[in-house]
Parts: sequence; structure tokens; C-alpha cells
Amino acid sequence: MNDFKLSILDLLKEDARLSAATIATMLGAKEEDVSAAIAEMEKDHVIVKYATVVNWSKVDDEKVTALIEVECTPERGRGFESIAERIYLYPEVKSVYLMSGAYDLLVEIEGKNLKEVASFVSNKLSTIESVISTKSFFILKKYKQDGIIFEEFEDDHRLLVSP
Amino acid sequence: MIKDQEKPLVPQAQAPLQRSGGMNSYLAAHARAIPPSGIRRFFDLVNASKDKDIISLGVGEPDFVTPWRVRDAAVHSLEKGKTQYSPNAGLLELRESIGQYLSNQFQLTYEPANEMIVTVGGSEGIDLALRALIEPGDEVLVPEPSYLPYSPITTLLGGIPVGIETFAKDQFKLTEESLRAAITPKSKVLILCYPSNPTGAIMTYEEMLPIAKIVEEHDLIVISDEIYAELTFTGGKHVSFAALPGMKDRTLLVSGFSKAFAMTGWRLGYACGHRDIISAMLKIHQYTIMCASTMAQVAGIESLTKSGMEEKDRMMESYNQRRRLVVKGFREMGLECHEPQGAFYAFPSIQATGMTSEQFAERLLLEANVAAVPGHVFGKGGEGFLRCCYATSVTQLTEALDRIGTFLRSLEQDG
Repeated sequence: MNDFKLSILDLLKEDARLSAATIATMLGAKEEDVSAAIAEMEKDHVIVKYATVVNWSKVDDEKVTALIEVECTPERGRGFESIAERIYLYPEVKSVYLMSGAYDLLVEIEGKNLKEVASFVSNKLSTIESVISTKSFFILKKYKQDGIIFEEFEDDHRLLVSP
Repeated sequence: MIKDQEKPLVPQAQAPLQRSGGMNSYLAAHARAIPPSGIRRFFDLVNASKDKDIISLGVGEPDFVTPWRVRDAAVHSLEKGKTQYSPNAGLLELRESIGQYLSNQFQLTYEPANEMIVTVGGSEGIDLALRALIEPGDEVLVPEPSYLPYSPITTLLGGIPVGIETFAKDQFKLTEESLRAAITPKSKVLILCYPSNPTGAIMTYEEMLPIAKIVEEHDLIVISDEIYAELTFTGGKHVSFAALPGMKDRTLLVSGFSKAFAMTGWRLGYACGHRDIISAMLKIHQYTIMCASTMAQVAGIESLTKSGMEEKDRMMESYNQRRRLVVKGFREMGLECHEPQGAFYAFPSIQATGMTSEQFAERLLLEANVAAVPGHVFGKGGEGFLRCCYATSVTQLTEALDRIGTFLRSLEQDG
């Protein structure tokens, strides 16, 4: 990945709505070069999606999120790939990571309520053949996600005019 | 028992003043002589409308909060009870860090033991330097438009500030000719502030060489306010005036942590120079200030570590991106804007509107809800310009540019 693309990614990860023209100005580059680099990164799946970071705790129908530590038996030849796929294809599953250490997969699940998440774990996750055990941890509050702090404590406190 | 808030507030009778003219007649002539800050009037005007949705480009400080690792270092020092005075010249560890930093960044060598003093912001450094150097009648040369305090402090000391006008056509750099024209036998100190607040001008090595020659010729002392040294975006890395051949001894370098390290509220700066000047400044500092805040000094040490410097670099890159955005924005809406190569200000010309900068800034505030500082407050050559600080979020900057553009179009329609 070259520096130019990295600079573009740095700007987009802070604000996905920046136009190619604005990015070009900010980086002192040509708009067509920025557009081309973005198109290339989209094609290569470097840029996967332009999504919105939502603070769901401020939305009325609040969601419940849990992190599940999953221990499982890897398959010959495919390791954890196919079992990870069986898990991540469920829409309830927000993220899946292969971990080093005491367990194998870390699965983030989102549901409408505790019952829904619990039922997903016991009916879908634990019943997968190669899954040996699961441990569920419910998230009580999100302070920071993907580098973004949810509390609004960094407001602008500057004097409006100073020398 | 009566609680404090229940005590009736009765004004006590005061012994009558014997001088006619009220309390003002007790004020020292030099305190009365300094003019009120031109920025103050505008500050009051902006503050009066602060409930409205104002976007302010009138600030003079970073939009970043001090990096957490730096704040954390100060918090930790408080937890450990480091709440005492520091040595007058500042914590030795900080002075050593500053020495190392100046050497790495600007190829300057100063002895932490006797060529350096830690001050309460760059501001105190300027005050101390002028107090150590200026006697009544001495002339202080100040290229303008300039940061505000140099002239009033000179006036307080009985010195005579001599503004040297710089021009957009020269990118607001100090030229050999205009410096020569301003020098008299009474000239003693030349103040340089590059990168410049408010114009964003810088001076390169080649551009400073002839200035250094004149300084030597006329035996001047230079106070070089390099608070924006880190914020140099084009035209090469910043060169300190003290790094020019033969200029170290006659240059008093003033700088600090406010701008580059986003530490304005900590009030932490430093001055470096010839040991005799530093020793005189230290004497004044001992009596008036004692020492800079110890917890701020601890934070300063953290700022100069490798990770602190990385945070600084990240901030500098972000200013540069916004600099490009704002300059292009002004030019596209038809305002002439010279390329600001340093600091975090753009200084577009509003002369095409036919208004004075004060009229323009006032109407921009009231009609478009954008605050920017009218150029005339920065002295000679500032009339007809507007200081716009681009240290604000891209969203806010874009919105401010939109508003200014709409405002300009409304002026055209009014004809």
C-alpha cells in the first residue's frame, strides 16, 4: 500500500463522506488520482464499505451485544475457516476473530434483547458440531469503538477570539 | 450562624480619593499610554452573539486537545505529589529535553545550565526579553502585520515601537530595503516572528541572510519569536534565525509548547540565548514569576519524547491538509489569498469588496455567523485583510467557507 492511498484511508476513516475533490485539495493531489485510487481500493476490497458509526444507546430500540469466546476443533486441511464461515454468515453475528490464547474464535453477537442472544448461542452456536464450548460476556456500555469515543467530552472549549 | 450567601451585601463607605479625576488619575502614565487591544473590541462583539450558531475562525490556538499521554503524565505527577516550586530556570530534565529537541530539529546548541529559561508561555519570554533589553528611548523594530504584544510591552518600558510594513506582494516577508529604511541610531532590537501570526509568512535561510547582515552592521539584537516553528508547510524546514552564521549570540530565541504541542492552556514556553541576557531575564523572572508551573513542565517533558513528537507530526499533517482546503476555498470565491507557508492562519485580502477589514469582519459576523479577525488590529499593512485560523474541523471549515461565499455573493447583488 503506498503512502498516497494510506493518506486517503486516514481521511476516509475519519469522515467517509469527504468527496474526492476535497480529499485531493487536502492532500495537494489531483482529483482524478484520488478517484482512481479510491476506485482501486474499492475493487481490491481494501475499502469494504462506507458505513455509519451509530451510538445505539441513544436509539429507542436499544440493542444487546455480547462477546462469545468459542473453543472449537479445527478441521483437517481447512483449520478454522469453514467453522468461522458457518458462524459469520448469521446476520446476528457482528464480528468474528480468530484468536491466540485460551480459546479459538471471538464472536460478537447483537440481538434485540438478552433472551434473543442467549437463544442464538444455545441453539445455533453451541450446536455446531466442532464447537467444544462457549463463554458469553454481555457488553454493558460502549465507551469507544473503532477509535471513536462515544462520550461527548471533547467539545470545543476555545475562546471564540484570541490573539 | 449566618451562611455566607445570606449575609446582606452593604457597600462599605470608602475613604474619599483626594485626587480629582477618580481612580484613573492614580494610574501610572505608562499603563494609560498603552492602547487597548484592538482585538478586544471584536472579542466583545463576537461574545455578544455567541448564542448564535457562530463558526469562529478567530481563534489563535490548535483545535486539538493536548495528547492524552501528555495530560496523563501531568496527572501522574500530581498523584505523586509533585506540587512544589521548580528551580527558577525550570526543571533541569525539561531544559535538557528542550536542548536535545532544538538540536535535533533546528541544529541549535544551547547549554541547559545557563543559556535557557523555562517561562510561562512564549508570552513571558517576550516580556522578559524586552524588559532585559529595552531602556527608555530605545527603538524596537517590529515587522507588521504582527502578533499584538510586542509594541505595547515596548511602550510600557518607555521604548519606541517602530512598525515596518510588509506587503502581500512580498508574501509578507521582511525585506532588506524596508528594514534599512526603518533603522535609526536609536534602533536596538529587531523582533522577528516567522512563521508569522497573523500572515502565515515564513522566512527561508536565503531570505534571512541579508537581514542578518544588516543586524550585524547596525549592532542589533534580535528577539526571534519562533512559536510556530514546527508549523512550516512549504519552502523547506524552518530555519531559526539563531542558526544563521554569527547570529547565535545576538539572537534571543523565544518559543514554547502552545502551538506545536497543543498546550496553550498550560502556559509553557522557553527562551534561549546568550548567557548574559538569559541571566538578566532569570533575575526578573525570579522576582516576578518564581518558576513556570511544575505540572506543566512535567507535561512538557512528555511532549518531547518520541511518542510525543509522533503525536505532534500527526497534528502538523492535519493542519497542512486544512491549510490547502481553506486557501483553495478563498481563491475559488474570488478573494486574493497569498500562500500561507506556516503557522495556522490564512490571511486573505478583502480589498475587492471596498470595505475596511473592520466593516467586513463585523458584517461577516452579523450576517453570515462567521467570526474572523480584522487585519487592521495587527498593525501596519493589516488593513484590507482578514485573519482566518484554519485549526478547526473540516466540517466546520467547509461550512464557514460556504457561508463566506454566500456572504460575498450577497454583497455583489447589493452592488
